[in-house]
Amino acid sequence: MAIVDPARARRAPEPWNDPAAIPYVRIENVVKRFSDFSAVNDISLNIYRGELFALLGGSGSGKTTLLRMLAGFETPSEGRILIDGVDMAGVPPYDRPVNMMFQSYALFPHMNVEQNIAFGLKQDGLPKPQIAERVGAILDMVQMSQFAKRKPHQLSGGQRQRVALARALVKQPKLLLLDEPLAALDKKLREQTQFELMTIQEKVGITFVMVTHDQEEAMTMASRIAVMDRGEIVQVGTPNEIYEYPNSRFVADFIGSVNMYEGRLVEDESDHVVIDSPALGGTVYVDHGVSAAPGANVWLAIRPEKIKVSRTRPAGTHNITRGKVRDIGYLGDVSNYYVTLQSGETMEATLPNLVRLAEPAVLWDEEVWLSWEAENAIVLTS
Amino acid sequence: MLDRRSRLVLTAMAFAFAFLYIPIVSVIVYSFNESRLVTVWSGFSLKWWRELPQNTAMVSAALLSLKIAFVTATVAVVLGTFAGVALARYKRFRGRTLFTGLITAPLVMPEVIMGISLLLLFVMLERLTGWPERGFTTVAIAHVTFTMAYVAVIVQSRLVTFDYALEEAAQDLGARPAKVFFVITLPIIAPALVSGWLLAFTLSLDDLVIAQFVTGPADTTLPILVYSSVRRGVSPEINVLASIIVGIVTIGIIIATLLLQRRERIRRREAWTG
Ligand SMILES: Nc1ncnc2c1ncn2[C@@H]1O[C@H](COP(=O)(O)OP(=O)(O)OP(=O)(O)O)[C@@H](O)[C@H]1O
Ligand SMILES: [Mg+2]
Repeated sequence: MAIVDPARARRAPEPWNDPAAIPYVRIENVVKRFSDFSAVNDISLNIYRGELFALLGGSGSGKTTLLRMLAGFETPSEGRILIDGVDMAGVPPYDRPVNMMFQSYALFPHMNVEQNIAFGLKQDGLPKPQIAERVGAILDMVQMSQFAKRKPHQLSGGQRQRVALARALVKQPKLLLLDEPLAALDKKLREQTQFELMTIQEKVGITFVMVTHDQEEAMTMASRIAVMDRGEIVQVGTPNEIYEYPNSRFVADFIGSVNMYEGRLVEDESDHVVIDSPALGGTVYVDHGVSAAPGANVWLAIRPEKIKVSRTRPAGTHNITRGKVRDIGYLGDVSNYYVTLQSGETMEATLPNLVRLAEPAVLWDEEVWLSWEAENAIVLTS
Repeated sequence: MLDRRSRLVLTAMAFAFAFLYIPIVSVIVYSFNESRLVTVWSGFSLKWWRELPQNTAMVSAALLSLKIAFVTATVAVVLGTFAGVALARYKRFRGRTLFTGLITAPLVMPEVIMGISLLLLFVMLERLTGWPERGFTTVAIAHVTFTMAYVAVIVQSRLVTFDYALEEAAQDLGARPAKVFFVITLPIIAPALVSGWLLAFTLSLDDLVIAQFVTGPADTTLPILVYSSVRRGVSPEINVLASIIVGIVTIGIIIATLLLQRRERIRRREAWTG
């Protein structure tokens, strides 16, 4: 029996790796200026049919602005947007095959749940029985049938979120835009809803573009992520690519936590590089090549969970350093060790707590050895 | 037991209510006065209640005033709403300051000046085009011009807290902007329109100065009639008329309150069961 990575199995095809695949949404060199300030600065992006695409970025990075241009509430200052091959320039929001789920949900307060959901279908002039049928079906899907007659103010946050989703989905748009769909929910409900949303997306087969500033949410849900910073896209890739192969210090730092040290490239071969890092007190061996000349200044990024902590010196000559434990953060499932290296820099290591109430392997102020595999250090040139 | 502070509040409230309502109560009481003199009590009688319907001048003046107030309030709500929406929505357009000034000027303009300028306008218009004849039409137009300003301000301030994402959501779901306005925006701000209508109605019913300037000889509104008859010596029928108006207003307020309460109760019940 073959063991299949479930995440791969669910989204087997990867159209973005297939040069023949035709993108469903094309964003071409789009710029959006508000007076003299560019909120979105020359963004190009291809999104494929059936994707759950996440726009991830800090506050003010232009995520909402980009989404609003897809919905038609803002017009690009430059560039163009095509959805399913049709140029959207001049197409008003009410004529676009796109629906949006608003961050504030924007449920109509004077209509009950059923009327809210039926609103979009009524605008299409659908016959009444058909509207009733589709509203009933979507209410079932989001498990809100028993609340059909309630007004929005009589619903909890999670219930409102479902109604907002149902209202946007019931029109079966080509593209569903979600602006921080889960931001208003508490942590527990948010995690549960993430999977529900993914299940629903697979069921209806609609392409989702989701804005979020929560990197865990993007990692959990998205087929691909575009990391945005100050109106530009810094990196596009699958959650795995973005986490394991960030292309810049910004991305490495933004997604998850990371230890970052300066170094100088001393040896550059096609299958490995050696970096001299005073911060780490020696040379570091990395088993992949980089595109930088020897002598160049680079940064080394190592994820905390990839670091091993031990009392005795591990075997090997590279990728080992020493330090003194300064702090231990107990998080329940894992503990974070903050170790002060001999250079004065700090290295964070995350270790799982495998045994209940066990004495921590390492205690405060202990001298420890830290090591990592050659494949786990990332060399960044920008 | 009531503590000191709430007793103080209660006393203050009692005084305020007394101040407000004793005159009204005395008007009602004196409407049952037997005497010809408005201010001297000489015994209980329904005489003036019986006589009021015979006073055709007063009855027709009251009806005219109600009619003008109704037309004024309705037109003012329509125009005032559009003006208020324009002010709230379009933050920058050519001549916005002028437009704002034009709309809100009637709020601060002395009535005498409004009255005389409107009179000049109507006279000139009539000379040039033969329209409008002074009377019902001119009073209604004059009232619309100044009550509209109040409606515009009420609507504008309601829209300050309006969530425009609702309009975007409606557009996103396929509704054209005009439809969005009537199906989403208007129903949500409806309470503001109702209070605007009531305010315009009351202002119009109440207006003496402007009406006196712009009305014609044939159409006498109630305030004009009352004012001129006071100078001649008040007839006790005025007390009766005042009592009736107070009665109508009270019934209106009670009905409105009951309706609101019922809606609130239904809403709460729905929230419990559901
Ligand atoms: N209508 C507007 N006029 C002027 N500036 C605007 C307008 N809308 C957005 N901006 C600016 O554009 C930038 C990007 O805004 P945007 O709302 O797209 O950010 P965001 O990535 O969604 O941030 P957040 O996570 O805080 O929602 C911000 O600096 C914002 O101030
Ligand atoms: Mg945003």
